[in-house]
Amino acid sequence: MQSETKSHVEQATSPAGQPVSIIHFEGDISSTSKDAVLGTYQALPKATTKLILLDFVKVDYINSSGIALVIQLLIEAKTTGQKVLAFGLSPHFVKVFTMVGITKYAGLYPSLAEAMAAL
Amino acid sequence: MSKPKSTNVEVRLPSRMGFEKVAMSTAASVAKLMGFPEARVEDLKTAVAEACINAIEHGNRMNEKLSVGVVLSAGDDELEVKVIDDGKGMNRQQAKPDIDKKMHGEEDPRGMGMFLIQALVDEAEWVAGTDGKSSYVRLVIRLDKETE
Repeated sequence: MQSETKSHVEQATSPAGQPVSIIHFEGDISSTSKDAVLGTYQALPKATTKLILLDFVKVDYINSSGIALVIQLLIEAKTTGQKVLAFGLSPHFVKVFTMVGITKYAGLYPSLAEAMAAL
Repeated sequence: MSKPKSTNVEVRLPSRMGFEKVAMSTAASVAKLMGFPEARVEDLKTAVAEACINAIEHGNRMNEKLSVGVVLSAGDDELEVKVIDDGKGMNRQQAKPDIDKKMHGEEDPRGMGMFLIQALVDEAEWVAGTDGKSSYVRLVIRLDKETE
């Protein structure tokens, strides 16, 4: 019954010429999404990955367990000195992420282009 | 013949993660029929999903022999949702999550469900069953609530 979360990483370059890892998510983000969220993030080489974008364009459902996984990702990224931005959340989940305070540690942008421009 | 005061819809879910989406979809359908704006429907979906997750995980402790009852009562200007489980009920309100404490490992990254429920609906109350079971959370959203 739980929808599988798919994720894949795309490498891009920021407007300033820095490498950017974009993690694209698809499906639900819930308690069963640990591998898709944290596993995919943890597989990125820490030494060379400094800018990360999280793509939620194809995510319809995020519950509190899924939000907790995003927070765990942000905790690891902060420890590693990486900058994380997110884009593509629906207006409802922008509200929810803002309510729980995630915006203090990860900027939220409507689109990939706007997130890229903010790097 | 007088018009009924409210219309009830009931759903029973197995205590298995993922089935909260069935309640979420049902609640969204009823709210749309009542004329709630899209933003309020989204608020309700998240609140109902979190209430069902709590019922499955904490109330029924993932025991698939137990089911979660969801009763939607559509009135003229409000929708009440009761999510019923066989647990002892929640006896305390949840504080607003402190993102700084979470980021510094001083607070569990999880544990936001009750906060989200309280923040997204007009009324939320947790009622413990008198016999130590059949506890429920009661949520209400009102049609006159202005959208943000």
